[in-house]
Amino acid sequence: MKKIIALLLTLALCLSCVAAFAAEPVAKEDIKVGFIFLHDENSTYDLNFMNAAKEACEKLGVQYLIKTNVDESQACKEAALDLIDEGCNIIFADSFGHEAYMIEAASENPHVQFCHATGTRAHTEGLDNYHNAFASIYEGRFLAGVAAGMKLNEMIESGKITAEQAKIGYVGAWPYAEVKSGYTSFFLGARSVCPSATMEVTFTSSWYDEAMEKEAAVKLISNGCVLISQHADSMGAPTACETAGVPNVSYNGSTVSACPNTFIVSSRIDWAPYMEYMITCVMNGEPIDTDWTGTIETGSVLLTDINTNVAAAGTVERVEAVKAALLDGSVQVFDVNTFTVNGEPLTSYLADVDSDAAYTGDTEVVKDGAFQESVFRSAPYFDLDIDGITILGN
Amino acid sequence: MSKHQPLLHITQRGAIKWYKALLIRVLAFAAALAVCGLLCAMVTWEGGSATAGMTLPERFVAFLRDLCNAIGRIAQVVFNASFKSDRVVWKTMHSTAILLLLSLAVTPAFRMRFWNIGAEGQALMGCLASATCMILLRGSGMPDWLTILVIFLASILAGMIWAVIPAVFKATTRTNETLFTLMMNYIATQLVAFFCVVWENPKGSGQIGVINQSGEFKHFGWLPSISEIFPGVAPSFKGNNYLLNIVIVAVVCVILFFYLSRSKHGFELSVVGRSENTARYLGVKVRWITIRTMMLSGALCGLAGMLLTAGNDHTLNPTLVGGRGFTAVMVSWLAGFNPFVMVFMSFLLSFLSNGASDLATNFGLNASYSDILTGIIIFFIIGSEFFIRYRVHTRSSAESGQEVV
Repeated sequence: MKKIIALLLTLALCLSCVAAFAAEPVAKEDIKVGFIFLHDENSTYDLNFMNAAKEACEKLGVQYLIKTNVDESQACKEAALDLIDEGCNIIFADSFGHEAYMIEAASENPHVQFCHATGTRAHTEGLDNYHNAFASIYEGRFLAGVAAGMKLNEMIESGKITAEQAKIGYVGAWPYAEVKSGYTSFFLGARSVCPSATMEVTFTSSWYDEAMEKEAAVKLISNGCVLISQHADSMGAPTACETAGVPNVSYNGSTVSACPNTFIVSSRIDWAPYMEYMITCVMNGEPIDTDWTGTIETGSVLLTDINTNVAAAGTVERVEAVKAALLDGSVQVFDVNTFTVNGEPLTSYLADVDSDAAYTGDTEVVKDGAFQESVFRSAPYFDLDIDGITILGN
Repeated sequence: MSKHQPLLHITQRGAIKWYKALLIRVLAFAAALAVCGLLCAMVTWEGGSATAGMTLPERFVAFLRDLCNAIGRIAQVVFNASFKSDRVVWKTMHSTAILLLLSLAVTPAFRMRFWNIGAEGQALMGCLASATCMILLRGSGMPDWLTILVIFLASILAGMIWAVIPAVFKATTRTNETLFTLMMNYIATQLVAFFCVVWENPKGSGQIGVINQSGEFKHFGWLPSISEIFPGVAPSFKGNNYLLNIVIVAVVCVILFFYLSRSKHGFELSVVGRSENTARYLGVKVRWITIRTMMLSGALCGLAGMLLTAGNDHTLNPTLVGGRGFTAVMVSWLAGFNPFVMVFMSFLLSFLSNGASDLATNFGLNASYSDILTGIIIFFIIGSEFFIRYRVHTRSSAESGQEVV
């Protein structure tokens, strides 16, 4: 019985694919975008998405609905179905854990387009109406790392620390590729200007836990870290830095108003270009990319204004120069000549691009002298532990 | 006045007439709505600009008007949250069913005054057992019916074990069952958190996602939907994914009603609850009954866990039961341990929690606000029970023998 049903469902799916390919343009007035966000505006991560959503929808003049505080559970599917009931024809979710539930909703609603930020499964799921997007934020992190390295150099030159004491602390959420890729690119950026830099990383096992993030930053500072950065979504780490007077490189957006004496710079993804892209696709009846990767060129990867009160002299110019080098390809973030893994240079690596339960590597990602991040799918897959970075246990 | 009389004094009521009890409850509910309305009006009131140039009485009138509007809007939003479409009605019925099953589960133990507040952990263990089977048995070539049978037995056993441990300690060493069952919840939560990391996908994310969602083992170990059991039903039927769970809970509800009120076991429970010594005198084996009853409680919690993991959510995470194991304690109490009244109480609480979360969205307030509103309403509901059980007299009415409430 189940087989017959499976067959029928597959058939229905195929038919719906045909229907999806023959998608008609949708009039601007009829477009309604539904946004699903994990937290509300108190989270720097979600606020960044919210601002982009408003900007994109207002620019294109389409209607939108926002649902906040949607858990990474069945609640996400319910929220998507609710938005469809309200007449939405595009659903966008912002958190990694929303993915499975977005796929559930997408497979039941072939006439609605589902776009998911940070997800990894669109290219293997085979659904025409389900799409992933991310940005080459490792480039932004690398640039922010350059600013951090400049600051470390300044501290060394002024005699505040010795070269060996140039230790960075990093508060990460979960030990998986998105976070690892982020801190590794940040560290490589810092080490490209301050060769003696090392880094300690600690994980909070939560995307948003202000107390724990603060505690983690305090722990790193007491371990002797002289500069802190983070990949977690609350103001915990930046405020801990402001209290301790330790420079901070932020993420998701500027924290300068809360931390005027310690904030150096922040990298962030501007999601507005992607949101405009997906809405325009639906308006024109064109298919949306299965995997869309925003770059510095698309305006998706940004650095906020550098806080010159805290940043080292010449940071702005140096960052601009490195950015130009990234754009013309003369500098690659994960250049295999700049790092080693277990004391060995990296010559080949099979990354788990098509996620599976056994985490088997399936794609060779070292090419042309660099680890090719965000090329085979938009979400990061760099999950190596490189030398110079120490991961602290709890 | 010959002797000192306090301003208010409280006496226990005898039997209260049903319509009086109902009236008190309705009044309490109305009062709860009014307080919520007041709060909404206060936090969303536009204050200065809208009322500039008004005199004080005019402002007061403006505020009252806002208040009435807020109450009207609240009533509408709360109603829509559970009834705006077929799908939402089914969803409400499903959350009612899960809460009801957990409430039914704790009830036999409550009847014998064994305060099992470990339903959360017992259900979570059921979820863990289901998820374990769904993950470890895939690829074994087991037929669907056998898989589901194994999942069913494993979940029930897991819930049972989690409930029996405190029962054995209570029966043998007279440990405090309230603390013991409470602590077992935290162990269950941590165990689930541990296994979420063992089976996380992708590596490092700490998330399992939807188990057997797609690919080779698509829907392996999932309870069938109604359209899969009865091919005549279209998969687009809005209750398709919910109805089986609802039917299972309804059957359990009826069986438990007869078990508690018509069977020898049920009678023994009530006797143990009234007085252990009387029970012993009657030849009831109190220790065995304690253990047997907690086995039943745990088994039903385990079943609830299975309905969540294999039936509806198809995932595992430490917040999957989401506090419903604790809410169930309240449902069971408020319903006076009567399974049929529990149907109504579970519905009421599901209805309110749907309403509160939509209210927060509608008034543009954050999620904590819906918790505040639910808190206010539950406070009034529990408060109304006080007035049903006790009578409040004032000094003057005590003299004339009149009652106030």
